[in-house]
Amino acid sequence: MEFKALMIIALGAIFINNFVFSRFLGICPYIGVSRQLDSAVGMGAAVVFVMTLASAVTWLIYEYLLAPSPANIFFRFFALTEPPDLTFLRTIAFILVIASLVQFVEMVIQKVSPSLYSSLGIYLPLITTNCAILGAAILNIDEQYTFIESVVHGLAAGVGFTLALILMAGIRERLELAEIPRSLQGIPIAFIMAGLMAMAFLGFSGLKLGM
Amino acid sequence: MSAWKEFSKGFYKQNPVFKQALGLCPTLAVTSSVENGLGMGLAATFVLICSNVLISLIRKGVPNKIRIPVYIVVIATFVTLVDLAMAGFMPDLHKSLGIFVPLIVVNCIILGRAEAFAGKNNVGLSLLDGLGMGFGFTAALCLLGAIREVMGNGSLMGFPVLSASFEPVLIMILPPGAFLTIGFVLGFFNWLENRKDAKR
Repeated sequence: MEFKALMIIALGAIFINNFVFSRFLGICPYIGVSRQLDSAVGMGAAVVFVMTLASAVTWLIYEYLLAPSPANIFFRFFALTEPPDLTFLRTIAFILVIASLVQFVEMVIQKVSPSLYSSLGIYLPLITTNCAILGAAILNIDEQYTFIESVVHGLAAGVGFTLALILMAGIRERLELAEIPRSLQGIPIAFIMAGLMAMAFLGFSGLKLGM
Repeated sequence: MSAWKEFSKGFYKQNPVFKQALGLCPTLAVTSSVENGLGMGLAATFVLICSNVLISLIRKGVPNKIRIPVYIVVIATFVTLVDLAMAGFMPDLHKSLGIFVPLIVVNCIILGRAEAFAGKNNVGLSLLDGLGMGFGFTAALCLLGAIREVMGNGSLMGFPVLSASFEPVLIMILPPGAFLTIGFVLGFFNWLENRKDAKR
């Protein structure tokens, strides 16, 4: 039962509510980094990694530091009469956590695997301002996912983003050779392509993933 | 004269959406109607003006190395203010903008202006810059929202403007319509520029 629920969350995040085509998150890197297949794969991998990690960490922060639950650390260790409601700090806390997480991941990868760093390194700083990461973290809270569900949702959302990025890069490499009206070259044609792909992805929204 | 220049550059010459291709996620996500576009635009403008003013006030006291985290905290504070105020006074709008209200914090226009302008200029100019860029962003959102609402719903600001015999093009208010609209609008602006260059 548990596994089935997780599968539904994962498939939903990859296909039905694809971050790029239906939620409009992470459009800037989607348009910016989809010119070549190599860089699209690198960016996608970096996003999957950071998004999974960020989903886990932000969920823990929210549950144990911000939310007014009995598990709240301030409530437990500082002998307060009732759990404090710090949820209004969510945006600030999450963006700081994500920014430091990205920095930390960058340092670890640089130390542990220089070869991975040379291929992923340049995409990592860009990820801090990628709204898909913060978006996933906020969605996890809004949907009231459990810890495991949040991690799966983050992972699947990253995979969905990567799928969109790689599909787009494959098409844009061929688009280089096509004859396009001068005014539409570059970003405009990329958006029109994305529109057509979003139409294809709209087909998934008819999918009913029942229990 | 230069003050007017700082104010007006955001309208067309350096329009954040059409010329710099910044802040695209909210641009695409909330423009299914003019009303949502206007709400998002004004919220972002407020944050942009406040953060520009505060950052230009504190710019001399902030060490260069940690300026980006400081900017982000300043922006996040104002976004939280907007988020709570909107939830309190305009719950319907807050609901229809959804997660894009807290996501103003990662809107690259705001951090971009902080880094490129407010961190280097005085308070007055930063205020004008924020105001101009904010209006440019709002205008872009309203333009896209108007195109999509008229074509996809036959209405403008909620009032029907096309005759009842007009069959709404539903795809325009669905996600694909957002991508198609901005693609063609960007193409149109490029075409205008190309024509101007050709005349010269």
